[in-house]
Amino acid sequence: MLETVFLIVFAMIGLSLLLNLWRLVVGPSVPDRILALDTMYINTIALIILYGMSMGTGLYFEAALLIAMLGFVSTVAVCKYLLRGDIIE
Amino acid sequence: MYSEWVVSILLLIGGAFILIGSIGLIKMPDFFMRLHGPTKATTLGMAGVLIGAMVFFSNTQDGISVKELLITIFLLITAPISGYMLIKSAIHHKLKAKEGTKGLDNIEDD
Amino acid sequence: MRLESRFSWLPTPFRSGLLFVVWLLLNNSVSAGHLVLATVFAILIPLATFPFRVPQPLIIKPGLALKQLIIVLYDIITANLQVALLILGPTKKLRPAFVKVPLDLSHSMPITILASTVSLTPGTVSAEVYPIPESLPKGEKPKQRYLLIHVLDLNDEQELINTIKKRYEAPLKEIFQC
Repeated sequence: MLETVFLIVFAMIGLSLLLNLWRLVVGPSVPDRILALDTMYINTIALIILYGMSMGTGLYFEAALLIAMLGFVSTVAVCKYLLRGDIIE
Repeated sequence: MYSEWVVSILLLIGGAFILIGSIGLIKMPDFFMRLHGPTKATTLGMAGVLIGAMVFFSNTQDGISVKELLITIFLLITAPISGYMLIKSAIHHKLKAKEGTKGLDNIEDD
Repeated sequence: MRLESRFSWLPTPFRSGLLFVVWLLLNNSVSAGHLVLATVFAILIPLATFPFRVPQPLIIKPGLALKQLIIVLYDIITANLQVALLILGPTKKLRPAFVKVPLDLSHSMPITILASTVSLTPGTVSAEVYPIPESLPKGEKPKQRYLLIHVLDLNDEQELINTIKKRYEAPLKEIFQC
């Protein structure tokens, strides 16, 4: 049963990644694109955790943690660039 | 046996919330309304998936596994901050809000 | 509002507790060795980083803070169901709005916590704190601060302001005693 559930959730997250990609391509403004990227990295964490579960190993946890941290920092850095035209003043 | 049910339900709820967050990102007419989907629905969806993973690993591997909580806490703390940075940059770029939005004169120039 | 801790060897008690818990979570064990190592880190790291930090108000009522945390977690779940229904429903019926909430808090740390809670709970995202510090003349303190929030579906402005002030701001004032 768990295998089927994994497949369904994989499909759900894949679909939401596609929707995010659509927003990333269409825009229309720069903050919209950053928002789409931000949502994409969060969905990727879910995808990695789910893959680790379906493989039956906890090895992918560290990768997910790293993506969470780097994703947050990069979102804030890009927003800062938009606000100030500079990251480190 | 019970744990399998718990994991399945948590994963499905989490996946559904993540999907709803992305649907909100597509469907809403202006940036300020689009922001509501990813900051709230996606965060709760992630919490669902990660708690599901916690229950799953506690049962399949020896010992209780709680380190997935770390990512959940981290996302709960950082989601409002990235949302705040995004809406600040949107106001700075003077993005148009949907027509009929009330209280637009509350925004001050910076 | 109290900025300094009672013990000089423990300048920031909350941050020490957080470091302790995160170390144990990261290693996923409660063996004696990790407990000792976590205690050492929880005491040494705040001592080493304290001198170059801006002093922040300490939590004076930890019990109340825990209660508030549970209330907020409960609100996050109900708020998410609400927002999910709003997203799936017809978009044209939504009434978005910007609302200005007057703040009683004065220090930046409680305001940050309040803004984060508002962002995570029913249909609201906090956008800005007015007045912006750079727009004021140098050295002058703002008289009254406002929090600008964006609401997805506004029903009654006054009611929303009252809810935020009573449910989230009043306990924060109590916790930090300011």
